[in-house]
This record gives sequence, C-alpha cells and structure tokens, in this order.
Amino acid sequence: MAKVPVQFTLNGSEKAEFVESGTTLLNALRDKIGDTSPKGGCHQGTCGACSVIIDGELRLSCLTLAETCGGADIRTTAGLAEGGVLHPLQRAFLDAFATQCGFCTPGMIMAAKVLLDRTPNPSREDVVEALSGNICRCTGYEPIIQAVLLAARANSQNAA
Amino acid sequence: MELRKDYFADVRKDGLHEIGQPRPRLDSPGHVTGKTAYFADRNFPGMLHLKMVRSPHHHARIRSIDASEAEKHPGVVRVLTAKDVPHNVYTILILIQIGPEDETVLADGKVRWKGEAVVAVLAETERAAQEAAAKVKVDYEVLPAVFDMEEALKPGAPLVNEYHGQNYYLYDSGECRKVRFGDVEAGFAQADHILEQSYQSSPIEHAPTETTGCVVAPEGNDRFTCYTNTQAMFFTLDNTSIILQMPGSKLHFVGGTVGGGFGGKVDVIVEPIAILGAKLTGRPVCFIYSREEEMQISSPRAAEKVVIKDGVMKDGRIVARKVTGYTDAGAYSRHSPYGAQKGAAHYPGPYTIPNVWIDTYCVYTNRTPSSAMRGFGVTIGDFALEVQMDKLARLIGMDPLEFRFINAYRDGDMKAHRQPTEGAALIECMQEASRAANWPVAEKYMAMSSYRKGV
Repeated sequence: MAKVPVQFTLNGSEKAEFVESGTTLLNALRDKIGDTSPKGGCHQGTCGACSVIIDGELRLSCLTLAETCGGADIRTTAGLAEGGVLHPLQRAFLDAFATQCGFCTPGMIMAAKVLLDRTPNPSREDVVEALSGNICRCTGYEPIIQAVLLAARANSQNAA
Repeated sequence: MELRKDYFADVRKDGLHEIGQPRPRLDSPGHVTGKTAYFADRNFPGMLHLKMVRSPHHHARIRSIDASEAEKHPGVVRVLTAKDVPHNVYTILILIQIGPEDETVLADGKVRWKGEAVVAVLAETERAAQEAAAKVKVDYEVLPAVFDMEEALKPGAPLVNEYHGQNYYLYDSGECRKVRFGDVEAGFAQADHILEQSYQSSPIEHAPTETTGCVVAPEGNDRFTCYTNTQAMFFTLDNTSIILQMPGSKLHFVGGTVGGGFGGKVDVIVEPIAILGAKLTGRPVCFIYSREEEMQISSPRAAEKVVIKDGVMKDGRIVARKVTGYTDAGAYSRHSPYGAQKGAAHYPGPYTIPNVWIDTYCVYTNRTPSSAMRGFGVTIGDFALEVQMDKLARLIGMDPLEFRFINAYRDGDMKAHRQPTEGAALIECMQEASRAANWPVAEKYMAMSSYRKGV
C-alpha cells in the first residue's frame, strides 16, 4: 500500500507523518502520533467519541482521511489545558460531575468548545443541539448539559 | 438534594458527613484531559490484529475448514482453529463449581448460534486480517434450529447443546429452580380474585460506546500482559488460565478502566484467544470488536418470559403467588443459570405473601448467548411484578400505592426463600414517594413503619 506524507498542526505543534493512503485521521492521531484522546467507538460516524476540531470546525476524525488534513490546524482535548491549567470546559465537566466512564468525554468537550467559541452565551437548546451528535451510553446527558452552561457562565464572568 | 435524617434516627449513628456533599471523582481529571488510558490506547510496535471468522448459521455441523487461501493472504501471520486451543471447552462459572463446561473458544465440529467464533486470523493490519478472514472456507451442514424457549422445552425439539443433553440447565433441584412456601393451592382456594398474566421481554444489548476488546503484549520472561476492558478481572484471569492451561503467574491483567460496561463485559471471550495468538506468534496482539460485533455478538440481557398467577383478597392482601419464569440463555450458559436462580428468589418481590410457588427455567436456544446486564435475573421480573401489582389493584378497585403498603415486606417477615427480612425501609421509601409525587395515601399508611414492635 502506497504511503503518503501528511503535515499538519496538532494543538499548536507541527506534525509530519507517512500514512497509508486511506488511513483515517483518528487512526493517524492515535496510532502514529500518539494522541489517544479521540476515541473510536463506532468507526462509522455515529457516536461522536472521535470528535476533533479542524480549522475551527467540529469534525468526526473516524470519517476524515488523514491525507486530506495537509496544512490544517487540528485541536484535540489532549491539547486544551494550557500550562497545566484546565480549560473552563474541563473545569466545568469536573465540577458538574459530567463524566462517568469517560469514553465520550473528549468528544463531548470538543463539541462544546466549538459551540462556545461561536456562541459564548448559549441557551440550553443550543447546548442540546450542539451535543446531539455525541452519544453518552452512561446516559449522563443532564450533567453534561449543565457543565457546558456552567463553563459559558464562567467565561462570561471572566470577560466581565 | 434533601437528606432526610429523621428516618431511623434512633438506630443509626449520625455520622453521614459525606452523604449530600459533593466530592470530586478520582478518575475525572483523566477523563476531561483525555489522559485516562483505555485498553485500546495501548499501542505496541509490531502489534498484530485479530479478526474472527463467524458462523453465518444458527445451528450447523462443520464438515470441514479450509484456511489455506487465508494463510497465503499478504500480511497474515497465523490462523487459529479449535485444535490450537489447549482446553477449548469451558464455562465461566466453573470457578464456583457451576458446570458443565459447555462452550467452545473456537467452534469444534458444530456451531450453535449465528455469529459463533470458528476461526481466528492474525495479520499485520486490521485490513489484512479482515480480508483473509473472508477467504476462510467453512463447509457447513445446516441443522434445524430452535429460537423459542417453550418450543425448546417440548419433546422432540432440536438439541441445542450436547454438553447439557437437554434444552434446560439441570440444577441440583432438577429441571428448574424451585421455591415452595406455604400452600399455594390453599391460598388460591381462599382468594376473592385470581389473576394470571404472562409477561415477555426481548434481548437487550448494552451498546457501550467502547467496544469489547483487549491488547496483549508478550513479555521477555514468558509472561503475557493483557490490557483489557473486562468487568470481571479475576474471572477472566482464572478462566484464561484454564483455557490456555497456563499458570496464573504467567498472566498479568491490567484493567479497571472500562468505557461503558453495564454488565456486557463480564464474559470471558476476547482475552484467551488474543493471549494464545500472542503466545503462538511471539507478537503483541490486539482484538477489538467492531461496532457490528458489539451489537450482534456480545452477550445481551436474556430474553425472559414470566407467568404470574396471584390470589388476592378484597381487602388488598395477596394470599398466593405462583410464578413460572423462563430465562433464554441462548446457546451457552455463561451467567444465565445464576440469573435464572436469582429470579427464583426474587419473584415474590418486596412483598410478604404467605403462600408461594416458583419455578424458574434456564433454557437453551440457538440464539446469541445472553449474560449479565444491570440486575439481570430480576429487572425483567420487576417489570412483570409491578405491572401485575397495578393490575391487581385495579381488579379490586384499590389505590395502587395503598395496595403496595398493605403487602410491603417489613422487618422480621420471612421471605419465601427462607431469608428473614432485615432493614427493609420499603414503607418509608413509599411514604417519601407519596409526598414527593404528591400521590396522597390514607393517614394509616403514613403512620406505618418497617419495624414491627417486639420483633
């Protein structure tokens, strides 16, 4: 199988890899680069556990080919905390008891981050809509929704 | 949250400083930073991928297996069949002397459910393993299959599992688990009304977001480290030790981090064959269920049928209850004989009934083997019992909550399976529920207590 070079920025660091043509971004991140924060739950674009941010857009890394990501700015949950300080969303997920098994958490946080980047003061309906592509089989949706609203409030207080 | 400390204040030490206080979870910091290490986050150089060839038939004899084309497929390192497994026939609960061993790691001569593992293919990449698995030729002679529990129990039904010899689990009490308490026929004779109803459920899949799997690394000292998402670490270690005829000291299991289990990860399925693959190739091995396998292959909650016949008095007392329960184990036992047994103890529900007669059957059919899931053996029973309670209350024209107060078990009551009731608190829970749901009941029920004075 032919290998193709791919180069992108991951959480601010330059990355370059040779991947087999057809390799998903999910597998490239996890198996080649070693960022295992995006999870593989279904590999068919239905569970949202593999969600990452590519050039500011929420993307399913299991349905994105690595070779299409040349030059992209890719963000994952592993790169959210800065200098050991948790991002407000991470803090809120802790404080609002929004994790159970944790497998959906990185994807949930990615989806929530894209929402808050665009809509700093979302309504509950906005949050529900933004998380609608992410499955939590522990069914802890309510604390997750509350965590995102809590993070939004924390952000607006910091800005004020 | 409201913490009601007035209940049982005289018998309880008031040292509940943690309850009602938020406490951080120890695992959350790992979850929110993506640092929590699930088994599939382990990656080893040279790791092989295992894919399973599965039965397309519900019940069939295997005439022959031809893996020669698969072995030649580029990237394939090893193909495993039943003869490669040192102790191929096993059953999980043999560890607590619940036999017989009735399930094969890889099918040997026969398949008993659609999806049963027949041949394991180990290859350099997941894709090569998948492609090679499609090249394995298995010649089947299809046999008649049975999918319905009552059909399976009829004389002349196809025999699902020869290791049992009949389509039910043979308990030391016979063809079913039995509870006999008082005189159920005398109770029915005395009853003002009799209500017999039948309740049925389908299998339920847990559908965890993280699929079942493990990653195995052979260590330099002839030991194997198995990173797994099993919910039953020591069951898995001990059964693997039996299946591979390998001392437990050679096996190092690392787990405890599970991306959703709900009981669906207590069977011993992926670890023994992955460790065998690592042993025979000397390479790390990864065996992860696809989403399709998780939904179709992993054990669901058993389908159940519950037939309840109750005798009830006009004043609300249940005086007799006869229950026949059926648990669909599918083709193999796994945890189902235990689940069916739990049902036998549970069917009176949290109620004190003087005359009880219970039979519960663990039945074999050519369906996906079922196993544990959140309260298995009692959850479907509770659905049936509480629907039955509502129907009984309607039958005698009584408020359904008051009807339950009349029959609620209280401390000191003897349960049908001869365990005395202790610390019941059912009355108090219903009193709180009555207030919280704004569903008022007569004052005499609000004055009741789970305690019986002088007991």
